[in-house]
Amino acid sequence: MDQFIRDKIIEVKKGDQSAFEDVVNYFQHKIYQHCLRMLGNAHEAEDIAQEAFIRAYINIESFDEQRKFSTWLYRIATNLTIDRIRKRKPDFYLDSKIKGTEGLDMYSQLPDQGKLPGEEVESLELKRYIHHEISELPPKYRSVITLRYLEEFSLQEISEILDIPLGTVKTRIHRAREALRKRLRHV
Amino acid sequence: MNCDKEAVELMHNYLDGDLTKENETALRLHLEECEKCQQHFHELKRTLTLIRSTEHVSAPANFTANVMNNLPAEKKSVKYKRWFRAHPMLTAAAIFFVFMMSGIFSAWNQGSELVVSKQDNLVIKGDTVIVPEDVTVEGDLIVKNGNLVVRGTIDGNVTLVNGKLIEEPIQGEGLMASVGEVNGELEHIDQIFEWMWFHIKSFIKNIFDF
Repeated sequence: MDQFIRDKIIEVKKGDQSAFEDVVNYFQHKIYQHCLRMLGNAHEAEDIAQEAFIRAYINIESFDEQRKFSTWLYRIATNLTIDRIRKRKPDFYLDSKIKGTEGLDMYSQLPDQGKLPGEEVESLELKRYIHHEISELPPKYRSVITLRYLEEFSLQEISEILDIPLGTVKTRIHRAREALRKRLRHV
Repeated sequence: MNCDKEAVELMHNYLDGDLTKENETALRLHLEECEKCQQHFHELKRTLTLIRSTEHVSAPANFTANVMNNLPAEKKSVKYKRWFRAHPMLTAAAIFFVFMMSGIFSAWNQGSELVVSKQDNLVIKGDTVIVPEDVTVEGDLIVKNGNLVVRGTIDGNVTLVNGKLIEEPIQGEGLMASVGEVNGELEHIDQIFEWMWFHIKSFIKNIFDF
């Protein structure tokens, strides 16, 4: 499959716009899913996923064929989702750091709303509940968890996609796993 | 082993798949005797199973079509760039042609000064170049922006640019002919295109001379 995508990219670079259709077809579900996990909103996810493909097309000349296209595409998509999250501007930022703590944000200060987790599982489908819990993570943890366990990227690839050192990827994954463990232990 | 720090750190390293054999043994031994860590480890693994179990979502039905419709039309500059890249020989030829043309035009416009190829024995009077009697000029003669009077002999080709060959009546004999002799071709150039043609011809001749 890698070879198929590589051939298509070369055709796109030569100016064959229709070859890009196969590329979009192949990656659409993955990229859309990634955006949905990052944004938690179907409408925004479609918007950003489309934008990611269009950006990839416009900047295709700057893509190095020796590298993995999927990594490059995910990088564009991830950056766009993070931009979008920043632009949302809520009245107060749940994601904002609490001074003097490492990685703790306002979410951790909120009491669970209303129902007990057990009841919530009954009302929400389990899978949707898990997604919900993932989407409650701060974006930097959300991105590593999604890339690692839903898109099955290696740690090295995640480091390339997010353009952060491998050590930072590991630290974030550790913290994200701990955060989710606390949220999902009652399930 | 410190549960909160060391053990949990080892668990995460294990989940990332980079735990040495020694540490793996250490972790296993610790888990066997520490119920709290066992529970912790179990919860972590279960969390990952839960995350992985979530269903995969698909993009909306017309997603690809929407992307394709929103792609920008190819820019003209991109088209040209691509064309140049696809035809390197033609591009090189075009660039070469442009340089050559500019070279020829600048050579043409070098002014209206009299230019004579360097040869001995030539006499120059104003804008007239004279090959005196009893003189033999060796090699090709080029005169630009001037007239040429040939009384002697030229062993080679003659090229006149923007000038003409003045034929003098020879006293006494009454013949309207140049006394001089040109042992080669005589070429007259008045137009820029001929001038260009001459340049190209000599250029190609030079190439083949090599």
